[in-house]
Amino acid sequence: MVEYNMHILVCGGIGCKASESEHIKTNFADRLNKYGLADEIQVISTGCFGFCEKGPIVKILPDNTFYTRVTPDDVVEIVDEHIIKGRKLERLLYKDLKTKETVGDSKGMDFYKKQIRIALRNCGFIDPENIEEYIGRDGYAALGTCLSEKTPEDVIRMIKDSGLRGRGGGGFPTGLKWELTRKSVSDQKYVVCNADEGDPGAFMDRSILEGDPHSVLEAMAICGYCIGAAKGLVYIRAEYPLAIARLKIAINQAREYGLLGDDILGTGFNFDVEIRYGAGAFVCGEETALIHSMEGKRGEPTVKPPFPAEKGYNGKPTNVNNVETFSNIPVIINKGAAWFASIGTEKSKGTKVFALAGKINNVGLIEVPMGITLREIIYDIGGGIKDGREFKAVQTGGPSGGCLTKSFLDTPIDYDNLVAAGSMMGSGGMIVLDDSDCMVAIAKFYLEFTLDESCGKCTPCRIGNKRLHEILEKITNGNGELEDLNRLRMLSNVIKDTSLCGLGQTSPNPVLSTLDNFYDEYLAHVTTHKCLAGQCKALIHFKIDPEKCTGCTLCFRNCPVGAISGEKRSAHYIDQAICIKCGVCFEKCKFDAVLIA
Amino acid sequence: MNKIKSIFDLKKLQSEVQAKIKLRENGDNPEDLIQIKVSLATCGIASGAKDTMNYLIEELDHQGIDAIVTQTGCMGYCYAEPTIELTIPGQQPVVYGFVNKVKTLEIIEKHIKLNEMVDGIIPVAYSTIDNS
Repeated sequence: MVEYNMHILVCGGIGCKASESEHIKTNFADRLNKYGLADEIQVISTGCFGFCEKGPIVKILPDNTFYTRVTPDDVVEIVDEHIIKGRKLERLLYKDLKTKETVGDSKGMDFYKKQIRIALRNCGFIDPENIEEYIGRDGYAALGTCLSEKTPEDVIRMIKDSGLRGRGGGGFPTGLKWELTRKSVSDQKYVVCNADEGDPGAFMDRSILEGDPHSVLEAMAICGYCIGAAKGLVYIRAEYPLAIARLKIAINQAREYGLLGDDILGTGFNFDVEIRYGAGAFVCGEETALIHSMEGKRGEPTVKPPFPAEKGYNGKPTNVNNVETFSNIPVIINKGAAWFASIGTEKSKGTKVFALAGKINNVGLIEVPMGITLREIIYDIGGGIKDGREFKAVQTGGPSGGCLTKSFLDTPIDYDNLVAAGSMMGSGGMIVLDDSDCMVAIAKFYLEFTLDESCGKCTPCRIGNKRLHEILEKITNGNGELEDLNRLRMLSNVIKDTSLCGLGQTSPNPVLSTLDNFYDEYLAHVTTHKCLAGQCKALIHFKIDPEKCTGCTLCFRNCPVGAISGEKRSAHYIDQAICIKCGVCFEKCKFDAVLIA
Repeated sequence: MNKIKSIFDLKKLQSEVQAKIKLRENGDNPEDLIQIKVSLATCGIASGAKDTMNYLIEELDHQGIDAIVTQTGCMGYCYAEPTIELTIPGQQPVVYGFVNKVKTLEIIEKHIKLNEMVDGIIPVAYSTIDNS
């Protein structure tokens, strides 16, 4: 066995791969080879580190050095300076946003300080394509414990005691779901992993499958043991090629090592996993629609009951859990239910992975204990709002969720508090909005998404959402009237009450929650026909302040339609008849002379 | 690869492969562990620092002592190469000069195991950014 003195971990998540992390890895290999160090230093491509804002990430151990925004060209310098001479490269280290000091290791960074990594424990630490690294991190030990020392009832009790709830968004107690499926009597049962991550901006399931696929496979086998199923299916969208590739490798390795297949660990327990592909329809994240899609039927939901626990895939009892839910299971078995239950709030235990996006400094994937406040997430971990602008709201729960405003900044985040605040946990997308975002336009954006994704089976969702969208379109075009706001609310409530599945029942949430929290913005749109954030093109026009304009001609040169005229060194003028309101002049002006009115 | 046929097999494999990623686990929690920096600049390497480092890693591993061994640049004691800096958690770092295999073993046996300093310490007459 080769003993390595040093490990170089290169992020191999899809975000960093897009920034040439593959190339970084080969450059490391080449340079190390040149110095004859290939046998002493191991270069590994890992899963996502989470700090996507600063990617590609390179971590060097045991020196515990965390390099950010590394390019393939930096590799030569890292090897020559750090590896050979032991001098860390200051310029690639993280700089604290507040103190402006460099921080060498991840523990010292605000981004990581408040995080507790359970579901993401192995992401950015092990090589996801090597089962032995997973085994070295207690991998498959939980499965071994369950099969040899515990009855299925014991395990289910443990999961129930841990307080784990479904991480896909609904928050249904996982242990209870397992118990219900166990109680259904059938010759055949199924374990299904829901990897149809559909919320715009959420990518935790993809990252777990890319960074630690074995944790999901192990948990599925444990679930199979508990409910009495010999077959597992992963339903994953075909848009996730890297996750699929790594999952395939993981399944093959687990079979090769005898951790999937017949007579696992000599206990007589059989379990195997197959992959089913989805075409990326949002509604297929709903469990009944997902099951229909797997059966080869149209991805449309059906009324519950019967629940999948009674009649699921091919009419057999089926247990459907989300990727993140599964990845928590092995840790709960290894560390105990009490340990897990000690993290979080009274009714929401453990941690939750959130995908931070939008107008925030540190975009990325974070895992935080339940009960953390929005303020801690946005200002401590996220590093505050981009360009020093003002926080306006954060959208959680995707197209089914709602917006949380400033008044919720100090609310502890858990399933119940978010629902009480008019939003929901969802799968964990968090889109941060600043004062330049128009809330009416945001509501319209999410509704557009639901319109695209509605399967069309039930009328309220198919036609109701269309009408809802038309009203919003009317308002943002400046043709809205006061009565429209009441229509919006009434129609939203009808759609919520009468839709068949979760998609329709939650689709008006972004409208309702923005109506509740930002009524004044709606009011401004319909009464004075003004967009307070200056986003709705039909309601604004750009003009140049002759006092501030220096006549630098920058706007004139950048205007795509030639709407700006004026002499050098004298004030310019925008011809409203020609202007297409693209906003280029506003962005380009260095003297704040272009105004939105 | 032979199939893992029992819990015993799984545990055996786990203990084998754990060593491979132990360095990463330790590196993630450096403050609780003994840290040894070996000066691996040109002069150090020419005086056999590479052998010292390999021997250190081998011997610590052999004796089952958890420690982080990293390389570093020139410490400036060119007359005393190979030099190493030893930090026991909670204590001031100590620099040793002329560390050959015999000296390495002595440092492990006395300083690391019994916390008794041995001959060959170079007094540190400077401060670094880390400790200033």
